[in-house]
Amino acid sequence: MAAITVRGLAKHYGELRAVDGIDLTVEEGEVFALLGPNGAGKTTSVEIMEGHRIRTRGQVDVLGFDPATGGRPYRERIGIVLQQTALERELKVEEAIHTYAAIYPRSRDVDEVIGIVGLEEKRTVRIKTLSGGQQRRLELALGIIGDPDLIFLDEPTTGFDPSARRQAWGLIDNLRSLGKTILLTTHYMDEAQHLADRVAVIARGRIVEEGTPHSIGGRHEGEATVRFSLGNTDPEELPEMARAGLDPTTEVITILTHTPTALLRTLTAWAIDRGIELDHLRVERPSLEDVYLRLTKDSEDG
Amino acid sequence: MGRDLRLVYQQIKYQNKIFWRTPVAAFFTLIFPLMFLVLFAALFGNDEIEALGVTTAQFYAPALAVFGAASATYTNLCTATSIARDEGILKRVRGTPLPPWIYIAGRVGSAIWMATLAVTLMMSVGIAFYGVEIVGRTFVAAVVSFLVGAAVFAALGLFVASLIPNGDTAPAVTNATLLPIAFVSDVFIPVEDPPVWLETLGNIFPLKHFVAAFGDAFHPALTGSGWSWSGVEFSELTGTGEYAIGLHIAVMAVWGVAAAFLATRYFKWEPQADRRAGRRRRKTQAQTSDS
Repeated sequence: MAAITVRGLAKHYGELRAVDGIDLTVEEGEVFALLGPNGAGKTTSVEIMEGHRIRTRGQVDVLGFDPATGGRPYRERIGIVLQQTALERELKVEEAIHTYAAIYPRSRDVDEVIGIVGLEEKRTVRIKTLSGGQQRRLELALGIIGDPDLIFLDEPTTGFDPSARRQAWGLIDNLRSLGKTILLTTHYMDEAQHLADRVAVIARGRIVEEGTPHSIGGRHEGEATVRFSLGNTDPEELPEMARAGLDPTTEVITILTHTPTALLRTLTAWAIDRGIELDHLRVERPSLEDVYLRLTKDSEDG
Repeated sequence: MGRDLRLVYQQIKYQNKIFWRTPVAAFFTLIFPLMFLVLFAALFGNDEIEALGVTTAQFYAPALAVFGAASATYTNLCTATSIARDEGILKRVRGTPLPPWIYIAGRVGSAIWMATLAVTLMMSVGIAFYGVEIVGRTFVAAVVSFLVGAAVFAALGLFVASLIPNGDTAPAVTNATLLPIAFVSDVFIPVEDPPVWLETLGNIFPLKHFVAAFGDAFHPALTGSGWSWSGVEFSELTGTGEYAIGLHIAVMAVWGVAAAFLATRYFKWEPQADRRAGRRRRKTQAQTSDS
């Protein structure tokens, strides 16, 4: 069953179409990433699903509720981690978690949640003394304390250093293993790739591509790139298919192909026959980043 | 309903905890008005002020207690709520199942509790060190006046919070309104024969009525226990007057109901500056990519 179904969602601010007709479906237990540059409409879309904003038009169904009218029963089943850290600085970590736990009818065990986010050693310190990463972990704790079926994570790792990001990813993987549905927004390609089962790329208020991180933008069926360095070989001796791909300044040969396996066989057979080692031989698929940049650029040009 | 009441209680405790850990707020609410009492008693001496028929402390303790109560509810509540909004805390709360009314009740309840402490502390110091007398006959009317006044000033605090853009402006706006009004409301100076316009000005705003309804309860020479519409001001000639809270309560209630109505209507849970910046950013982006 779908946890989230969105059809024709739009949010206009006067002339500006922040969200301009979005359709998406997120299945139960799925980790779904909304990927897009700043100002693409990610946060606006998510805040409509959270019930923070009122849509201009379209249908939104989350866990069987309309977020705009779902009220308390709806909010008892979701957890929200906002982009901005918003904590009472003078409270202690466990005080904040206890207070939020009391709001929910079936909250998780406070000690367990502190364990999940790894703040055991900080439970009795004031929130203002926590590092930025620790504060985000506390935000995450407050987001899951009500044992929600669905968790919204709006740019969960923006501003993190690399090791804090790895830690946060580990946490989100833990949530996935609890069977939670997660909708996250991010502008990091590697984050979407690492965490999400499915990705939608959003640009200028529209979804321009949707799929698994593996297949998005036709990555799995697109052309592969085969590269190697010329080395000491005389360019005249190169096989015909490679000669056109030679960049004379860098002396790197680049070949685009739909059939890299067959091409490699020909290429390596040629090299072995001549006793040549192909320096820096690589086969590459377009990265998610390439696809993302192409997709978001296309839509800006359009 | 039982569960909701428990949540209200828990939210009040939560806000109280935050209050105690914000020493500036605690100082201005509880200690600052006491300093005025000590100062006034030292400056003017604690003899009977003939025109008023009471000692300096007997006049000032209840007036300053009301001032403390007003800053606990009006100034503090407005400032703390606006800052919490700036920090995104209101928005986060709005995303939880906690009903908005319970959150607001927690804040208001906490502010009224702090006002209670401010008043109790002021009157206790007055009784213990300055010979302030409590009049048993008017005690209930005094408590009722206090509760109504504190609730009205809490509503006014939330009303101002719903108008101003951010927490930085809250202390400025609340102090710039409360302090001048305090001067025409018999808080700092009991004005004798003021110009008519000044008296009218004082009569329009709720603070003077709060001071009168609560303060006159501590005037031993006044008759009555407060439960009538309008009283008679103390007169030096007759040496007496009549204590009544009806009209004072009515004026305060009008302010309170209007403030509560407008606050409910215009209250915002999202950080305001942030939202404008976000809109501006989106607009600029839309423009640059259109060009």
